[in-house]
Amino acid sequence: MQLDAKIPEGPIQDKWDSHKFNVKLVNPANKRKYEILVIGTGLAGASAAATLGELGYNVTVITYHDSPRRAHSIAAQGGINATKNYHGDGDSVFRLFYDTLKGGDYRSREANVYRLAEVSSDIIDQCTAQGIPFAREYGGLLDNRSFGGAQVSRTFYARGQTGQQLLLGAYQALARQIKLGKVKLYARTEMLDIVLHEGRAVGVITRDLVTGEIRAHSAHAVVLATGGYANAYFLSTMAMASNATAAWRAHRKGALFANASFTQIHPTAIPQSDDTQSKLTLMSESLRNDGRIWVPKKEGEERPPGQIPLDDRDYYLERKYPAFGNLVPRDVASRNAMTVVEEGRGVGSRKNGVYLDFAESIERLGKAVIEERYGNLFEMYERITDENPYEVPMRIYPAPHYTMGGLWVDYNLMTTIPGLYSIGEANFSDHGANRLGASALMQGLADGYFVLPYTISDYLAPLLGTQPVPTDHQVFAEATQDVHDRVDRLLSVNGGRTVDWFHRKLGKILETHVGMSRNELGLQKALREIPALREEYHNDVRVPGENESFNQSLEKAGRVEDFFELAELMALDALNRRESCGGHFREESQTPEGEALRNDDDYAYVAAWEFTGVGEVPNLIKEPLEFEYVALAQRSYK
Amino acid sequence: MTTTDKGTDRGSANRRRPWAIEFYSSAVVKKWVMAITGIIFLGYVFVHMLGNLKLYLGPDPTGVFAIDHYGEWLRELLEPFLPRVGALWIIRAVLAASVVLHIHAAYSLTVANWKARPVRYQSPREYLVANYASRTMRWSGVIVGAFIVFHLMDLTIGTVNPDFVAGDVHANLIASFSRPVVAIFYIVANLLLGLHIFHGTWSLFQSIGWNNPRFNEWRRWLAWVFTAVIVVANVSFPLTVLTGLVT
Amino acid sequence: MNITLRVWRQDNPDAPGRFVEYDAPDIESHSSFLEMLDVVNERLTDQGEEPIAFDSDCREGICGMCGLMINGLAHGPQQGTATCQLHMRKFEDGDVITIEPWRAAGFPIIRDLVVDRSSFDRIIEAGGYITVPTGSAPDANLILVPKPAADAAMDAAACIGCGACVASCPNGAAQLFVAAKVANLNLLPQGQPERWTRVEAMVDEMERYFGSCTNHGECEAACPKRISLDFIAMMNRDYIKAKFKNRRLAGQRS
Repeated sequence: MQLDAKIPEGPIQDKWDSHKFNVKLVNPANKRKYEILVIGTGLAGASAAATLGELGYNVTVITYHDSPRRAHSIAAQGGINATKNYHGDGDSVFRLFYDTLKGGDYRSREANVYRLAEVSSDIIDQCTAQGIPFAREYGGLLDNRSFGGAQVSRTFYARGQTGQQLLLGAYQALARQIKLGKVKLYARTEMLDIVLHEGRAVGVITRDLVTGEIRAHSAHAVVLATGGYANAYFLSTMAMASNATAAWRAHRKGALFANASFTQIHPTAIPQSDDTQSKLTLMSESLRNDGRIWVPKKEGEERPPGQIPLDDRDYYLERKYPAFGNLVPRDVASRNAMTVVEEGRGVGSRKNGVYLDFAESIERLGKAVIEERYGNLFEMYERITDENPYEVPMRIYPAPHYTMGGLWVDYNLMTTIPGLYSIGEANFSDHGANRLGASALMQGLADGYFVLPYTISDYLAPLLGTQPVPTDHQVFAEATQDVHDRVDRLLSVNGGRTVDWFHRKLGKILETHVGMSRNELGLQKALREIPALREEYHNDVRVPGENESFNQSLEKAGRVEDFFELAELMALDALNRRESCGGHFREESQTPEGEALRNDDDYAYVAAWEFTGVGEVPNLIKEPLEFEYVALAQRSYK
Repeated sequence: MTTTDKGTDRGSANRRRPWAIEFYSSAVVKKWVMAITGIIFLGYVFVHMLGNLKLYLGPDPTGVFAIDHYGEWLRELLEPFLPRVGALWIIRAVLAASVVLHIHAAYSLTVANWKARPVRYQSPREYLVANYASRTMRWSGVIVGAFIVFHLMDLTIGTVNPDFVAGDVHANLIASFSRPVVAIFYIVANLLLGLHIFHGTWSLFQSIGWNNPRFNEWRRWLAWVFTAVIVVANVSFPLTVLTGLVT
Repeated sequence: MNITLRVWRQDNPDAPGRFVEYDAPDIESHSSFLEMLDVVNERLTDQGEEPIAFDSDCREGICGMCGLMINGLAHGPQQGTATCQLHMRKFEDGDVITIEPWRAAGFPIIRDLVVDRSSFDRIIEAGGYITVPTGSAPDANLILVPKPAADAAMDAAACIGCGACVASCPNGAAQLFVAAKVANLNLLPQGQPERWTRVEAMVDEMERYFGSCTNHGECEAACPKRISLDFIAMMNRDYIKAKFKNRRLAGQRS
């Protein structure tokens, strides 16, 4: 198979404009003759569904939540980047493009990233008009702040709830279309399979989570906006229900899955406190602006932090990276925390964290200033840990947080299955091997508001006059039967272990071998352990209840089954990439100082994988990455 | 689940009725009506109390009690522009209309609220801030309403006051409050009235939407002070008569 | 710690429900309340029983998916905290904890502790938005918003749509949820053109499902985001004004 990314010709700053001119259009009166399915209602899905509805298409949107407003985009705290240059500090489209590409360690496509930077301004206009209460200056203008990995202030924010506000904006636009009848919403409904006909995506099979009804939906095109898969690790900052099922089912039907091993481990989450913990909670990265990170110098230190004298403390980031200090990028901060914890210098009762200490800032700026800046976060920390961070240093540890990998898409955001699109975190497109802060919201909304609604007409226009494949067609009957069989199979194992027990174990394997630091032996071990555990899962899982009722165990069972297969691909992808880049650190590929070392000669490509069967080795198809506008350079934060 | 097949729909979406009826059909408007009529009652209760304080002025040199003067003045109010007792009847009409509206709104909101939670909590509830006054508005309202009926029959119409003489306010008061059971009923009813107007006085600001950070904290104080003044004065009348301080 | 749970179990919307008692020994005091339920559910599954159904998703207090009546209080004893951020250290060893679902006509029970809050979506659909088709917006800085207005709008916009206001209200009223969204949009310059139609449509839709406000203030106390009761006053005022303004705008005389 040859991958064609369909990148338009011409200079990079003209590509998107000329592409918009060149794509086939559907005239406004004809748009109502098309049916589009959107799966997922996060930033990308809700914004896409709303916009497609506004354009006149008939949209059906499906979410497993009780309301579109619950999607995990809501948990993003920091902000959203845009090249407004409102602060006159020299920001430009090219600078955001450059920062994003560099931040991603040169493993993303220039053309896509440039387009992302180009539309970023439109997003802020759109969201402001929607009534998002962005932070303001006293004169009434929009306020900005700076964020990691950038030297300009380009981050727009709404207190610490930017993701919530942007999601509600998209949700409200969607709600308006629902009221107008242009969008039909199926809530508490989970997509369990994709339906193909003559090689094209023509619909999906869903399960009603309340009644268990398995239903077929048909359409001219299907859009997957189903988010990332960091929950494969079990303990992550993702929401409980976040899963990879929709993307994975598409992969099984032929959509290539790219860069599966590229996961972002965020450095400032609260460490695990006990074995029954269900998720990790993120503390905003902004805390690193005023907090100093340290661990005791000696192993097994038992003194409380206040009694450890300065001489016995190791401010390891400040020591190793004097220029950036505590503000090194996420991947560097995370990896170093892991190293000191592995050396036995971790803190807290489980020795699984590092201190983030505000004592000096409180002394220098006063408690009131710190409270004003971080009061909400300190309160949240105290609620969770029962420790007062004004008096005792916070404990933090990295946590899986975002997945840069995802379904491979071309410049139009179409997967390798014609008619099947993937947007937002679900695709692999814009962040390369590492995502910069405040860029996830930007990408989700760029895809949903400003990219997909244009590019989808290129596929739809030639279909004018055709009807969607009827749901009583054989392809739907077969797919429906497959879903029924799968549900029945899961319910009938009736083994001795719960779904969570397996998920926890899978997470442990991934955390150990496909986590912040990876090596050949470990990855090979993971590739032996995962299939073995999957086998055990199929023989020994216990899923109580029945299909025809609200059955949360059954929901989880299907999701975890897909995580098993995806986890194997994550390990395989990591094993294949014998270089370090961004969030992917291969111990075999590092500089003498222990920093990530890229290998541009051999690995400047997107690794797209083709499914060949469960437990079979997938085919690797490479999309070479060419860099015309930026020079490849080794990142350095010394 | 689809968008259309759930939730309990308890009314018609497209109302097409005369504007005033449609206006009144909203619960928010009913609360607004209760607040407006509430203000009328509060004003009346206050003036009523001021008038009654004349009980303590005793008789003038000619031997006519001040409160009887006041009663006569009320009957002559706005004469000759209005006929004798004309103004009084206008006030009574406004009050009566307000009572009807206040009670109807309260009744229909109560019924709607019961329907809004057809299955109650099956375990004991805890309340964080809802107080005794706010949670007993319905009962304090009903009892105060019953009291007002009795009060009218006692001192306006005289049917339950054997010694009633039309126009002889002072004597009627003394006659009525000299019966200990009646006096105690008046005291209890006025305490309940206090409970009712305490929540009402604060609450009406919310229902009408008089809300401003400049005066918000004063709303509770206003409710306390107003209630205290009304209750202390009103309770004093039967108390002083019963104890023989006023004869 | 060892606790005893009294949990409302109900198989489906129409089935009769009942309290079932479960012993929950060896619970970590560090656990969150929902993790405690996870542990109980793991044990139930191991014993071949069906686990207790409850909603939760982000577990960091922002998605609004969780919400339980714990010992008669919406979201439990800690104020300003959603159920997912309530921790077991707020309880004592040996406690008996009663857990009930939200109860309101507008929130029918789906199963056990899970309720259907889609009536909230219907209210937003009725008018909880600003009409801006994608791509039609002017430059963001052309719309000046005074900082106090932006801050007040944000205070209101912090609502997570969990439904604790309805659950805690003695009248089953949804005023705080609706007022928060009305205020979020009506306080901003962008929201002015639809201000009066919005408030009328949203309140009318709300009244199809929920009770009326009698100003107990219980909603504000139960709200995990501490949304202020003041927004309800603002909504009431806007609604009454809207009733007159919308009439004039439509040129009605009757």
